[in-house]
Amino acid sequence: MAEGSFSVTDYLRTRGWRHISIFLFFLMILAVIGGIYYATQKVEYTWRWYRIPQYFYYHDRVEIRAEIGGDVASLVPKGDRVEVKVRGADVEEVYSVPADSLRVSEGDYIYPGDILGSYQQWKVGILLKGLWVTLEVSIIAVFLGIVIGLFTGLARISKNPALRWTAITYIELVRGSPLLVQIFIWYFVLGTMFNTLLAQNGMGQLSPLWYGVAALAVFAGAYVAEIVRAGIQSIHFGQMEAARSLGMTYPQSMHYIILPQAFRRILPPLAGQFISLIKDSSLLGIIAIRELTKATREVVTSSLQPFELWFVCAILYLVLTFSLSMFVQYLERRTAIGG
Amino acid sequence: MVRAENVYKTFYTTHKIEALVDVSCRVDKGEVVVIIGPSGSGKSTILRCLNMLEKADEGHIYIDGVDILDPKTNINKVREEMGMVFQSFNLFRHKTALGNLTLAQTVVRKRSKKEAEEKAMVLLEKVGIPDKADSYPDNLSGGQQQRVAIARALAMNPKVMLFDEPTSALDPEMIGEVLDVMKTLALEGMTMIVVTHEMGFAREVADRVIFMDEGQIVEVGTPEHFFKNPTHDRTKLFLSQIL
Ligand SMILES: Nc1ncnc2c1ncn2[C@@H]1O[C@H](COP(=O)(O)OP(=O)(O)OP(=O)(O)O)[C@@H](O)[C@H]1O
Ligand SMILES: [Mg+2]
Repeated sequence: MAEGSFSVTDYLRTRGWRHISIFLFFLMILAVIGGIYYATQKVEYTWRWYRIPQYFYYHDRVEIRAEIGGDVASLVPKGDRVEVKVRGADVEEVYSVPADSLRVSEGDYIYPGDILGSYQQWKVGILLKGLWVTLEVSIIAVFLGIVIGLFTGLARISKNPALRWTAITYIELVRGSPLLVQIFIWYFVLGTMFNTLLAQNGMGQLSPLWYGVAALAVFAGAYVAEIVRAGIQSIHFGQMEAARSLGMTYPQSMHYIILPQAFRRILPPLAGQFISLIKDSSLLGIIAIRELTKATREVVTSSLQPFELWFVCAILYLVLTFSLSMFVQYLERRTAIGG
Repeated sequence: MVRAENVYKTFYTTHKIEALVDVSCRVDKGEVVVIIGPSGSGKSTILRCLNMLEKADEGHIYIDGVDILDPKTNINKVREEMGMVFQSFNLFRHKTALGNLTLAQTVVRKRSKKEAEEKAMVLLEKVGIPDKADSYPDNLSGGQQQRVAIARALAMNPKVMLFDEPTSALDPEMIGEVLDVMKTLALEGMTMIVVTHEMGFAREVADRVIFMDEGQIVEVGTPEHFFKNPTHDRTKLFLSQIL
């Protein structure tokens, strides 16, 4: 072949297939989106994306009401606000009201509960609140899950039979039953018992959130324990022997030698486990915790825009899980040997 | 310094393995004792029993007068005084050479970071690789790793050094550099118990040689005795095979 000439077959042989594959990928994505859109047109669904932001943040008008009855004694302008002084029979109150919303004038007689003015305020919508609950529940459960899993994992490989069998029993019990059932047990069995005990001793109830967190943490802990155990056992026993031969105790050797090395190996499976945990938190709606999924369900019922909302809900979970996996990849790079 | 009396050790795997049968020996301060013997004869096992990486079933082991098989003995305290060098180096893979040397100093000996680092650098100098202080084990050759491992043990100021085939995992061209470090140590008066197949080292450095076979000490003597006129047939057979 002569220099400089470049035929279609050459192109296909080199970069061509790659380009065509990329093109096909985007074509496929477009086809799926288009297909969904077409189908929704067929069932006469009206997309109203503009209605979605209000479930994250909305502008709310808050009314300022008088708490006492009496005459409006004075109106003193202060910048763009007005200080309204209401003088009752034996009390006096001053309200600061935005000037453009003022509804009263000097000398008016005011009854308790009358509107003096109003102001606008940004409020957090239900979806954002749900997202926050999901985040909160997940973070606490991940943290507790790590602690439970670490100690159970260590107990699992301990020489002490009491510790080892306790760990095995816990792991097998948790891994052998559905999370949904465990959530019910935590809330309806343990929760009822515990809350009744609290009440009998004159203490306040624990909210469902804590039983939900407990269920998730104990569930994840069992899996984390197995991950930790496998991680520790993947470190060559010579590392432990070298540490012990230098006079380090078993806990010191674990702390300084084994766990730091195991940590790197267990990061990827651990990330997978916690991504599952975030997604599993969607089950908590059934015990009246208003996390993201339950919040979405509530909004769907009132707004009648299920298509947009469920997509948004899925994307929000994706944002959470994706951030977690990015964070773990960052940790993996940070802790790489020699890094 | 080190005294073993009637030590027995049996492993139970698929079948019963009598790794040590009535082993008694003593090593005095400043002595270099080399243990030789065929594979599976219990050389590693006796060494590991001396610092309790393996617990002897029966008998007594005294280190510097302390009975280490006594349940009241704090074995970690005993191990602080005994350095051990392994066939497979066992450097801490997540630490640099320097980190390998300083960790136990700070954690066990409670030395300050500065003090530990100074000590570490002196020792790396001694084993000839001060320039590798910041290298990770994976980036060191086998010979360099083993020298770091020896320095790591020395950093604890041990009274006894145990070597379990320190050169067996090395390429031939690196054996010399490790043996040289060990020879220097011996000359400085370190008490050493060395399991090795390096007969040259035994001949040159050992005060005494112990020959083990099938879990028993068959013959003990000076290197001259061993290499000129060993008494036992098993010793003769073994020496004829490896020399
Ligand atoms: N942890 C263990 N569990 C079971 N058997 C063991 C264990 N350690 C050693 N043994 C057995 O005990 C016997 C003595 O082993 P040892 O390692 O002391 O031999 P060695 O003389 O060091 O041999 P080599 O030259 O191959 O290192 C062998 O038969 C070995 O298989
Ligand atoms: Mg051996």
